[in-house]
Formats: sequence, C-alpha cells, structure tokens
Amino acid sequence: MATTVTKTEPIVGKGVRRKEDPRLITGTATYVDDIEMPGMRYAAILRSPHAAAKILRIETSAAAAHPGVVAVFTGDDTRDVGPVPCAASLPGLRAPEHKVLATDRVYYVGHPVAVVVAADRYVAQDALDLIEVEYEPQPAVADPEKALEPGAPAVHPEWPDNRAFTYQHEGGDAAKAFAEADVVVKQRIVSQRLIPTAMETRGVVAAWDAGMRTLTLHSSTQIPHLMRSLVAAMVGMPENRLRVVTPEVGGGFGSKLNVYAEEALLAWISMRIGKPVKWIESRRENYQATIHGRGHVDYYELAARKDGTILGLKAKIIQDCGAYHQLLTPAIPTLSLLMAPGIYRFRNVSAEIIGVFTNCVPTDAYRGAGRPEATHCIERMVDLLAAELKMDPAEIRLKNFPGPDEFPFETGTGLSYDSGDYAAPLKKAMEIAGYEGLREEQRRARNEGRFLGIGISTYGEICALGPSSALPAGGWESATVRVEPSGKVTVATGTSPHGQGEETSFAQIVADELGVDLDDVEVIHGDTGIVQYGIGTFGSRTLAVGGTAIHYACQDLKTKIKQWGAMLLESDDVRFEGGACVCNKTGKSVPLAEIAAAAYRALKLPPGAEPGLVATRFWEPSNFTFPFGAHIAVTEVDPETGQVEIKRYVAVDDCGRIINPLLVAGQIHGGVAQGLGQALYEEAVYDENGQLVTGELMDYAVPKATMVPHIESSHTETPSPVNPLGVKGVGEAGTIGCSPAVVNSVVDALSPLGVKHIDMPLTPEKLWRLIAKGGQA
Amino acid sequence: MRSPKESQVRKLPESGVSRRGFLQGVSLGGGALGAAVLERPAEAAQSGVVGPGEVSITLWVNGKEHELRVEPRVTLLDALRDRLGLTGAKRVCDRGTCGACTVLVEGKAVYACTTLAIDAQGKNIQTIEGMTRGSELHPVMKAFVNNDAQQCGFCTPGFVVAAKAFIDEHPNPTEEDVMNGLGGNLCRCGTYIGIRKAVVEAAKAMGGRNA
Repeated sequence: MATTVTKTEPIVGKGVRRKEDPRLITGTATYVDDIEMPGMRYAAILRSPHAAAKILRIETSAAAAHPGVVAVFTGDDTRDVGPVPCAASLPGLRAPEHKVLATDRVYYVGHPVAVVVAADRYVAQDALDLIEVEYEPQPAVADPEKALEPGAPAVHPEWPDNRAFTYQHEGGDAAKAFAEADVVVKQRIVSQRLIPTAMETRGVVAAWDAGMRTLTLHSSTQIPHLMRSLVAAMVGMPENRLRVVTPEVGGGFGSKLNVYAEEALLAWISMRIGKPVKWIESRRENYQATIHGRGHVDYYELAARKDGTILGLKAKIIQDCGAYHQLLTPAIPTLSLLMAPGIYRFRNVSAEIIGVFTNCVPTDAYRGAGRPEATHCIERMVDLLAAELKMDPAEIRLKNFPGPDEFPFETGTGLSYDSGDYAAPLKKAMEIAGYEGLREEQRRARNEGRFLGIGISTYGEICALGPSSALPAGGWESATVRVEPSGKVTVATGTSPHGQGEETSFAQIVADELGVDLDDVEVIHGDTGIVQYGIGTFGSRTLAVGGTAIHYACQDLKTKIKQWGAMLLESDDVRFEGGACVCNKTGKSVPLAEIAAAAYRALKLPPGAEPGLVATRFWEPSNFTFPFGAHIAVTEVDPETGQVEIKRYVAVDDCGRIINPLLVAGQIHGGVAQGLGQALYEEAVYDENGQLVTGELMDYAVPKATMVPHIESSHTETPSPVNPLGVKGVGEAGTIGCSPAVVNSVVDALSPLGVKHIDMPLTPEKLWRLIAKGGQA
Repeated sequence: MRSPKESQVRKLPESGVSRRGFLQGVSLGGGALGAAVLERPAEAAQSGVVGPGEVSITLWVNGKEHELRVEPRVTLLDALRDRLGLTGAKRVCDRGTCGACTVLVEGKAVYACTTLAIDAQGKNIQTIEGMTRGSELHPVMKAFVNNDAQQCGFCTPGFVVAAKAFIDEHPNPTEEDVMNGLGGNLCRCGTYIGIRKAVVEAAKAMGGRNA
C-alpha cells in the first residue's frame, strides 16, 4: 500500500482529442457495409417509379430464374410481417397500415415493391430489371397546401381530405392579446423539405442462426434497443432472441432514429433463406425512401404593443407528413408547437397543427426536428415586428426576454424552461460582431448601393429528451460502469453515439469520477447483446441523459469502492480520491486496481458487500433542458448574380456546462453548416406528379467546403438544474440558430427594396429575380 | 516498395481498353473475349472487347500485387472493398460527386466509384490503408485528429487521401486554397472548418516550401 496519492487534474472541461478518431482516420472503423459473413447473400429492392398507382400485376419469374438469384419476394409473400411502426400517438390520428412491401397500391416514388436476393450485389441489381410490374397510375399530390384543397387527389382513398391529424393548443388568452394589440404582423413562412443525407446510407446485415434460433441484425441506427423491440414484434420473434448490433454509424441526423421496412424485411429474409443477407441502400434510395425533414408551411401572426412588447401569437402549422407515418412523424410538429413562442416572455398562444398526407416519402426527425421550423418562424416574425415598429432587431429581442430571475420560466405552451440568461449570449454576440460598427458600415454600404445585411437570431431549444412522459418509448437512459479485475474501466451506455464523440466525453466523466486515465476507460454502446436496455441517441440527449446515468453509476461504484477500501485499509474512515482509497487517519492508501483485484478475488468481503465492482443505473430526467444562444450573420448580396456572401458569422451558444469544448465546437460548426444548407442551398423538390427531382447528390445541394464560412464561436455557460452535470445538449443548436440568422440578414440586406420576407432556400436565382423586380416577389 | 513498373505484370498494350472502347464493346453485345487487360497476350490481341463475363486482372494496391477475376463493369471501389477487403474507401454517392471513395492512382486523387477496376491495371493505387506505417499515422491523419476534422468518419478516409494528393500538388496552401482544392469532397457533419485547418497544418508538417 502506498502512502501518497497523486491527485490527477480534472479532465472534464478540457478539449481532449477524441478516442474515436484513430479508427476513423485510418479507415479501419467497421460500418455495416464493411461486414462480410460466410455464405452472405445480397438484397436489392425494386421501388415504385410512380407517386400513386394501383399495382395490377407483378411478374417475378424471369428474375427468379436469373443465374445467381436466390429468391424474389413481393408484398404477397410478406403479408405476415408486421407493419412499419409509428410510435407517436395524437387524438384522432389517422394511421394508414404501412406494410414492408407494397401490396395493391404504391403511395410514393421509392415505395418498396419487391426484393431480390442474390449471391452478388451486381446480380441482385441486374435481376431487379427482370421484374415486370404493371401499374395503373393514379393522380398524385405532392404539395401539402394543394392536398388540403377540396377535390385534391386523395393520397389514401379512405381519407379524401388528406388530413392525417389536427392538433390544437390554447395558452393564455390569445384573442384578448390580439384585441389589445397596437400592431399585428402576419406572414406565411415555408420551412422546405430537406433530405438528411447522412454520408452513410442506411444498411442492414441480418444473420439467422438456425441452431441457436437467434437473429443478429446489424443496422446503421441511432436506436438499437428500440429497434430490437420493434423489429422482434414485426417479424414475430421473441425479443430476447434478436440481437441488434450498431457498428460504426456514418451519420444519422435523425434519419436513423427510426425503424424502417427494410430492417424487418431483411430479418424476415434471413430467417426464410437461412443465410446472412445484406442490403445497403443506394444514394438514390436514400433520397427516395429514407425520411425527409421539415416540410412546413406555417401561417404566423404576432401581436404587440407599439413599444415592442410582444403580447401573443397565433400559428397555423401545416406539416407535410408524406404518405405514411414513420416512427415519430406526427410528433415532430408538436415540438414546433411547444417551441413556437421562442425564448420570449409572452404566454398567449393559439396554435394549430394540420398534418397532411402527400404522395411523398414520410417526413420525420431531422437535426432539430420541429424546433428549427419554430425558431425560424418566431425569429422571422420578431424581425417583421421590428421592421413594422422601426425598432432595432436586437433591441426588440432584449425587451422581450424573461429575466434571469424568472426561471424556471413557464411558457404559454406548457414547458418549464430550466435556466437561462437570454440577454447574455445576444449581448456577447453583438460585442464580438461589433454590432454598432456593423450598422454604421451598413449605412455606408447602402449609400454605395450595396446590399449588406445584419441578421440576428436568438434561439432556445428543447433538449435532453426527455422525461418519459414526453416520449413514446421512454425518455430515461441507462449506464453500467464496471471496474474490471485489472482496474481498467468499462462503460456500457444505452445511448448510441454516431459521430458526436461521446466515447470521449463519457470517458472524461468516468476518468474524473474514478481517478483513472482516459485511456483506461472503454465505452461500449450499440449492441443489445452486451448493453443493458437503453433508448438511444437523438434530441441532444446523449450527454445530458446518458451522461447523467453514467455519473450516478459512478457514485454507486464509489460507495462500493470505499467499502472495499475500508476493509483493505482496516479503517472506518476512508475517502476515495485520485484513483485510490485513502485512510483519513493514517494517510495510507490503496489504489483502485488493488481494490478491484480484491473485489473479484473475494477472499474476504466487506460487511453487506457483494463480489465485483459494477454499478448499473437507469436515470429518469425530471424535465427537458433548454439550451439557448444568439447567432449573428453578416451577409452581402451580389445584385448581379443574386449570390449571398457570408461575411461574418458569430455564434454564441449556451449549452450549459461544457464537458469537452472541442466536441462542442464541432457540433456548433456542423450544426451551422446544416442550418446554412437549409437557408441557402437545400430543398427536396417534388414535381407536380410526385417525382423527386432532387434524387441524387448531383441535384441536392449539400454545403461543400467552399460554402461554409469561418465561424466566430463563443459561449456563455448557464448550468442546467435538471441534471447533476449541469449540461444541456448541443447537437442541434447550430442548426436551430443558423437559418433565421442568415435569412434575417439577407432580408435586412434587401430591405431598402421593400423586401420583408423571403422563403428558403435563398438561391441566387431567387434573389436575382427579386432584385431584378425591385423587391416585388 | 515494389511498383507495377518494376514487376512482371504485363503492361497494357497501346490499344488498351479506353473507356469509350469499353462502352462500345459492351454495346455491341460483348461476349467476345479479348482486350489488353486479359492475362494471356494471345487473347489480348483478339479484339478490343472484354466481358461481360469475368476477366482476370492485376491490381497494384499499396505496393502489393493482387490478381483477381472481375466483370469488366466492376468499379475500382467495388474491387477494393468487396474483393480485396480494403474497406477504407466508402461508397456514398456512387456518382463521382462526394469524394468518399477517393484513392490515389499514380499519385492523383480519383473517384474509385467512377473508375473501372480494369482501367486501374498497371498503375500504382494507394488507399487510406496504405497511408499508415505500422501504428504511425500519416501527418495528414495526425493533423485531422489535432483539428477535430472528423465526426462520423464516413467521409474521412476520402478526405484524408484527397488532402494528401492536394498537399503533394500544393505544398504550401492557405485555408482558402484548401476550401477550393477539396471542393470535390463532401462532409455532412460539417467539419470543414477543422479540415481546412488540418490540411494547412499537415502541409507545414510535411515541409511545405515556406515552412
């Protein structure tokens, strides 16, 4: 036993390099498509070329006879596979039955119709061309507002009005607020459909073990445990005979927070043919058949006094659901409704959501999921109000924030904002940007006839999803922390990080708690055969909820460690510090590795103790967390080309306590890049027949290296009281804060032409036309 | 390191398969054996058409010779990934738009998804797997890690390979040069800010002209 203790410096709060990086940077990480198994077969899926059609006949014999083809299946074969699940429930929700393969009708371009299984991927693809499908095309509707018009084609013939659901909320007294208002501003605002575009498409390897009667499903997903429960139900097998393994995941952004037809289909095929089978989605399939995001047409009205005090909000949110409900489709716009008032003090809210069926692929969670739409709308509305009242957009915001002493702040939509000082990031962003100087520069630019704009967005978000009462499958998270006999530490988390870097931030937390080196902590996730049940990674929850479960498991473990340390030190007064138990009387210490060895050898046990050093915790949060921040974009529009130049981008975010500033910066940068994509470049375009025009990466404008500006990033740190780590979450902040800052900036730039609003994306063509017409849309 | 030029591998004849010739051959119905890429010179002399059945080819990857049989339509990416087990290069767009499949052919960055394996014969091919020396990371890799230039990692091997090729051509780049030079690669996680810094740092570490 040693008599000195080395107190290691805390590693939480430091920008340590990621533990994930070595395998990623060398190309040795294993993603689904990198998995090969003996006897593996390959599946390819035939998809509908029509947005709406009856299937009259499917002829598969030529495909089945093609050399190398193992099997061909159609919807007739898979009738017994359970429907693709929707976990969200709303009163009066219309939920069409969603089979894994179409049977008598197709509802969107990309709808799976048949599957070929072959010895080789090329052969499977060849054989798809040999399947003959006789379709009888039907009228289609791809625009949600057109779908609501009387006489529009019915997406599902049983519901001719195309309404999937309506949902209403009244908070405070909006009618009174509007009656008392000096000014009301109104605007129709579109948050266009976006394609999440994870670099790695979806992919599944299903492997049935006939001897063990178990199925292993490797899937690129954000929710391995939920997938296990849901796919087991779909294919009718006991959940404990299905193991879902999530290997490295090449991005999700919400698109893999889902259970798709293909996961159950591949599971069913592997059981049917008795071989492992792989399906890797092509990019075109990814664009046609993996969920899209956003898809809002919103009608907002904001009421205010002439001094700029906002009194109330009326909102009509039209959500394009697509043809079906995927896992959370109807729930996403409810997040928009909750977030509709933004971070302002008014509590009078009257809001309605109309969910609409269209002949398009379903919408669902995409980075921000409902909150970017809401933030975009309220931030546009506040700018419209400022313009109407000829107030500075910063001033009107500062006037309407609740003060730091008003938290927890109850909103008009039923939320309780945990903590905040909303003016702080705005003031800091204005200071970094040199706001007054910028306005001066703008005046000079305008005198020269240049279109220079300054745009502010101040956002809040609902993160750390969340209390179980708010989530259809539970909102808790689990952790097991195990000190191995050698003293090395293994963490099993129910979350499923896929690029965010939580193997590192979790290890930081554990390293500090247990006084071990970062390299001595291994974080395991994404394998239902190893990890206790968990929920997954989405909604900026992984650190705030999953990290907290780890924190509490460490506390339990430390109690056990001290019991063993006390026994070994023959003292009843010990502390655990710097990776060792120390006797407070003698100063003698015993390191964790020796304690662990004793705990597993178990020759003698402390009173009431069990052998081993393991602790498992399931943690239920009491509330969401509410990160916030302020972004300022300075843009200049070239009147000759309509091109927007981002001259400055300042982001001041408050995500609570920061565990690793490197990871936080990365999340902000990436989030801003995606917000910028929505603001300037991206749009999933369906033509009037429901054909997806932006069907490949050639046609869909994901931001490239040249398109993402330098970001001047800073923080305020307001700890969340919801969890002991004080963290709030940061995965979606950049995306939520960005698009209104950019659009407000461009509208500000073009305001001398009388421009008050422009819908995204702000393409050069759109702006050039607007300028050419003197600002008249 | 051995290279194909020093080796016994047969050199492509002058009338080797051009992409156009290959496409014409296929459109004529194919079936005929022949072409330069076949192992036996006697067959090579027959015609300019290969496929559609498998043909034997030799690829030089990361200094090693690999003999394999592939259909002429098999892309270099599929040959590397599915036949040689070199899965570092990724299939993302399969259309030559995103750069995730980038490998070096004769030191030049190419999209392996739009290169036929048969067209890569007789050339030095380097993949991400060939950039490490044992456990030693390449300076570009080190700089990527230092600058947090990867998140999900799926585009990363393509970016690292493209960055190496870029630095070889532009040993002393500015961040703006990097922005333009790596315009052929996509990262959806939006790590461009880190990537730009990483490439400048790597170029300095690799002894750029003014460094």
